[in-house]
Amino acid sequence: MYAYDEIDRTLVNERVSEFRDQVKRRLSGELTEDEFKMLRLQNGVYLQLHAYMFRVAIPYGTLSSNQLRRLAHVARKYDRGYGHFTTRQNIQFNWIKLAELPDALADLADVGIHAMQTSGNNTRNVTSDQWAGVAPGEVEDPRIWAEILRQYTTLHPEFSFLPRKFKFAITASPHDRAAIKIHDIGLRLHKNSAGETGFEILVGGGLGRTPFIGKTIKPFVHGRDLLSYVEAIMRVYNQYGRRDNIYKARIKILVHELGIEKFAAEVEEEWQQMRDGALKLDDEVVEDIRARFFYPKYEKLPHMPDELRKAAQDPQFEAWRRNSVFTHKVQGYAIVTISLKPVGGPPGDATADQMDALAEIADKYSFGEIRVGHEQNLALPHVAKRDLPALWKALDRIGLATPNVNLISDIIACPGLDYCSLANARSIPIAQELTRRFANHDTANLIGRLHINISGCINACGHHHVGHIGILGVEKNGEEFYQITIGGRADENAELGTLIGPSVKFEEVADVIEDIVEAYLALRARPDELFVDTVKRLGVEPFRERVYATR
Amino acid sequence: MPLVKGGKITDDSFVHLADDAVLPESGAVLVSAARFLQDPEALLGRAGKVGVIWPNSRDVDDLVPHLDRLAAVALVFPTFRDGRAYSQARLLRERFSYRGELRATGQVLRDQFVFMMRAGFDAFEVRKQGDAEAFAQTVKRYSVFYQPTGDGRLTALHRRMQLRHSESAGL
Repeated sequence: MYAYDEIDRTLVNERVSEFRDQVKRRLSGELTEDEFKMLRLQNGVYLQLHAYMFRVAIPYGTLSSNQLRRLAHVARKYDRGYGHFTTRQNIQFNWIKLAELPDALADLADVGIHAMQTSGNNTRNVTSDQWAGVAPGEVEDPRIWAEILRQYTTLHPEFSFLPRKFKFAITASPHDRAAIKIHDIGLRLHKNSAGETGFEILVGGGLGRTPFIGKTIKPFVHGRDLLSYVEAIMRVYNQYGRRDNIYKARIKILVHELGIEKFAAEVEEEWQQMRDGALKLDDEVVEDIRARFFYPKYEKLPHMPDELRKAAQDPQFEAWRRNSVFTHKVQGYAIVTISLKPVGGPPGDATADQMDALAEIADKYSFGEIRVGHEQNLALPHVAKRDLPALWKALDRIGLATPNVNLISDIIACPGLDYCSLANARSIPIAQELTRRFANHDTANLIGRLHINISGCINACGHHHVGHIGILGVEKNGEEFYQITIGGRADENAELGTLIGPSVKFEEVADVIEDIVEAYLALRARPDELFVDTVKRLGVEPFRERVYATR
Repeated sequence: MPLVKGGKITDDSFVHLADDAVLPESGAVLVSAARFLQDPEALLGRAGKVGVIWPNSRDVDDLVPHLDRLAAVALVFPTFRDGRAYSQARLLRERFSYRGELRATGQVLRDQFVFMMRAGFDAFEVRKQGDAEAFAQTVKRYSVFYQPTGDGRLTALHRRMQLRHSESAGL
């Protein structure tokens, strides 16, 4: 956990009072809606179909139990008793009243949470691996650098009115859980031959109307140069990124139009002129940030405690453990993923009561720390293995022990037409229906790892392009239709999915997905060949044939 | 449109000169980039001060050779959503050491004041009277800054360092 100091607290409080003044001026008519729109977006407030939606930042997906309790409080006091965790490790509330927003922000500020730059054409929440700091094999904790970037990008005087939104993601593990290749800037922490920390920097990844996988702009930028290099990229983008067409304004289009070599040359020229300036990070500054991250004092515990051995005889426990419990870097501990994908529920939602109970559980079993992953699940990063059986029971009591992490019903979905004014089609009911179709745990287990991603429009908030199966809602003559892609992935081998055939109606989507899955079960070379690998090996054609033969 | 300079509302000493207007013999004038670049010497050689309104779609490089003879540069915010002039301002101040008046013009609202000052602006053609009147109060909104810019304000990172050093020195 990163601990705010007086300086961080002051800034957040100053931002709350500024926003309070902005809301007051809007309510009095001093600000037009057009003027206010930009200001509220800079503080995470959208106007949705039914009400204002309020998005709160969870930097690099790390929360303390007290912060989670406060999110529960906001859900209860200012909303309708629940919140929705997003693919960018944030949380959204869907029913906030404008006049009450400043108070909600003030309540959050008390525990060091803010909503700065969770929307608008500025730098968004810096996301990271939800297992940062605890994953085995990690080079070092990437959140130190994510926090440095969070501070650097917060209320940046030059980059608060960019051509379009701008997203960073950072990982320090060989296996990329942060989807860095689909971000405007993706950072892969690694060390050079001298053992110094630096970053491979990728630029121009992103989904939406024109999806691109990020391209490497520089294979190694030394840690001390991270901010100056990032500033060079952003300055080139701020000046030359397109502002004439909202769909061509992301940095990916600039990189694509210039070509990565030309873009890299522009950045290099800019960087050479400022790399030795005030942005250079000395070790002391980095260590100061590092020193304010708290790590648990782990005990020396056995690899296989008796409690776990005994519980292994309960098949229900085992079903959950196999899918939810992951190896920790410290012996005797585990990382536990908590599925927010119950059968028949909207993906990523948690009630205020669940949040409160989970905060309690985190205090008891995870040193008071909770993580949010981009898959819209939560995680407890420091669970002693001996506590796993008790933890499972506690989670089950609050409906958070669905044993489907990484399985077909662990679906990523945007809010879609049920909430969002941009959407063309509903996402949540599709997800709900699919979780019912694949509710049988044995079937889901047989299918194995399979990610379904659903977006209700081309803006791709549900990351459909990089789902093993991607579902995109479109509108045709006033009716909801869905395009289906297969073979996408968001990890270190990121790829965009391929369209399998003509779009299908709302009622047909679940049938088509079942057909695709049946085709996979028939086509896979071995039981452990993952869906995405079968598609890679065989291409789309055999799937297309089977799915559309009878349609 | 009120002009805020030196932290308060003041009269504009510059006359905005249209491209086809006759050049007065003396007095401070503010001209378009097109008019200025057509014949910089004709403007710079006369008695009065000269300022240039520089569009946000043009590199400031073309302006650099003239900077030490310009009394003002006005950078444009066609809408407050368009932030290109922030980069231009920082380049003029921080890279090209421009010390004359740096004016923000266009859709300038109170919510941009702090950003603009941090980027190096020191004069503001403010859209709304109420915003101009609120200038002094608005720029005091923030006391903490995370990024180093040419305005010299101490960043949070360095403030922490100072605090730590003074603590360890027992002060």
